Amino acid sequence: MKRLFLIEYHKIKHSRSSIILISAYFVFLTLIALIAAIKFDIGPIEFHLADQGIFNFPLIWHFNSFIAAFFKLFLAVVIVSMISNEYSNRTLKQNLIDGLSKKEFLASKVIVVAVFSGLSTLFVALISLILGMIYSDYTEISIVFSELHFLLLYFLKLFGFFSLCLFLGILIKRSAFALGFLIVLLIGEQIAWGVGGELLAEYGNFATKTDAFSFASQIKGFFPLQASFNLLHEPFTRLSAIQSVAKELGEEIVLNYQTTMKEIGIALVYILLYLWGSLNILKKRDL
Amino acid sequence: MSEILLKANQLSKNYGKVKAVTNLSFEIRKGSVYGILGPNGSGKSTTLGIVLSVVNASSGNFEWFEGALDTQKALKKVGAIIERPNFYPYMSARENLELVCLIKEIPNSAIEKALKEVGLEDRSEDLFSTFSLGMKQRLAIASALLNDPEILILDEPTNGLDPQGIHQIRVLIQYIASKGTTILLASHLLDEVEKVCDQVIILQKGKSIYSGSVQEMGKSGAYLLVGAIDIEQLTAHIKQSQNFEILGKEGSFLKIKTNHSPESINKYFSEQGIFLTHLSSHQKRLEELFLEITNA
Repeated sequence: MKRLFLIEYHKIKHSRSSIILISAYFVFLTLIALIAAIKFDIGPIEFHLADQGIFNFPLIWHFNSFIAAFFKLFLAVVIVSMISNEYSNRTLKQNLIDGLSKKEFLASKVIVVAVFSGLSTLFVALISLILGMIYSDYTEISIVFSELHFLLLYFLKLFGFFSLCLFLGILIKRSAFALGFLIVLLIGEQIAWGVGGELLAEYGNFATKTDAFSFASQIKGFFPLQASFNLLHEPFTRLSAIQSVAKELGEEIVLNYQTTMKEIGIALVYILLYLWGSLNILKKRDL
Repeated sequence: MSEILLKANQLSKNYGKVKAVTNLSFEIRKGSVYGILGPNGSGKSTTLGIVLSVVNASSGNFEWFEGALDTQKALKKVGAIIERPNFYPYMSARENLELVCLIKEIPNSAIEKALKEVGLEDRSEDLFSTFSLGMKQRLAIASALLNDPEILILDEPTNGLDPQGIHQIRVLIQYIASKGTTILLASHLLDEVEKVCDQVIILQKGKSIYSGSVQEMGKSGAYLLVGAIDIEQLTAHIKQSQNFEILGKEGSFLKIKTNHSPESINKYFSEQGIFLTHLSSHQKRLEELFLEITNA
């Protein structure tokens, strides 16, 4: 385990492009703190985002992990190019000839995925803790450390997404195509949901179009990227400001922000599929 | 008999309908320098790829060190370069070797010696991407030597090199062989194999068509050139004899094949009253024999 970690650490620490991307990622994560600085005055209306409750414990764990998850693309690029470079430089072949087994090779990459996810989670936790301590209205220990499961879900979300990147890197072998495939997958899932919803509304046995799309959304939850996205539901409607506006409009927002065991299960099954698929490709493909 | 380092048994590899290797069996014994010969596409690299676990065999099996170690553990005792040097371009020579040390689980102290052996100690901090092909090949050999391997596998090590680079690699291989390291060298450059190998396996269309020592192979192609004052008398006598076979003529001499030594032949003809004006022993070069065997 330590040896595999050291092998990957050696590969990454000498790669300037990887270091730049990783650094950029953590700089961007730090920028979450800048949200606190968003302030504007329009006549009598004074708006300070930090005062809207987004940095209140325990909401901050949910809010920050949801926002931070969008920056994962930086590390995704590192992971995909790390794999594709092993193919294009033929170093994967040489690693195996030098005595690394295919299982060890995959395990070393999974360690990178786990370390990236873990470091990012720790970083988000640290930033959230600092921002919360500065801006939160509640700083009682019991409140500060409640809802920490959002950080675990964040870790799982990153681990799952990076596992998909790892799988695509191994499957496609070219970083540009693998990243392109991710985008196609993202668009494809939305189109499938839209078209599926329309078809269900037209030909399905649903009372309303909303019901049809609700069912389509449930199906969408089984798609790879949506399964990952569903691990952290959006936190915005939890904000008191949004709830007040909704009330004024005569609407009451009642949403379940908790991730269900089913959603976690789907994400875990996908992770297993990605890793199993990666190992099988490595085993079966000639180099 | 010396220890068997590698034993391949009925290896086959098919790429769709193309049979790259067919029922290939061979043994590599400790202390010898083996050459795998064959024209391009004869299955040399595929065979090496199979025993190094980067190509999956369609059928057959192989074992390292008489089955004492599984392939992955065995490969840590092997040094191998397949086709071209494969390193991380953004790392220096030393950093690349440090990585190999991590993979092979050997101390970094081996790096200095390996770099010195291939003459790259002065360029150890330079990026691999700045190296010439010859230097890259030498670095690959340094990497293969890091673990003081029981067997060194080289696939076309002089491919693409200039004459100076070819010479440097050849000298290096001869030096490594002189230290008693077992070498398995795949090449289509017969001169290269003839100079360093004592055993050969000749492949054609994925099949082994000859396997044995270079010396034995040379003997099978040995011939004598004989001349006499009366060449007609000599020819007639040889044709009648069971001990000789006329291979042809070379100038005014007869090219004959026999199992007898030149001394006994000289004595035999003088007893028959035929006085030879020329008697010389020749061996065919590996290249000629290879072309004969492969019907090229």
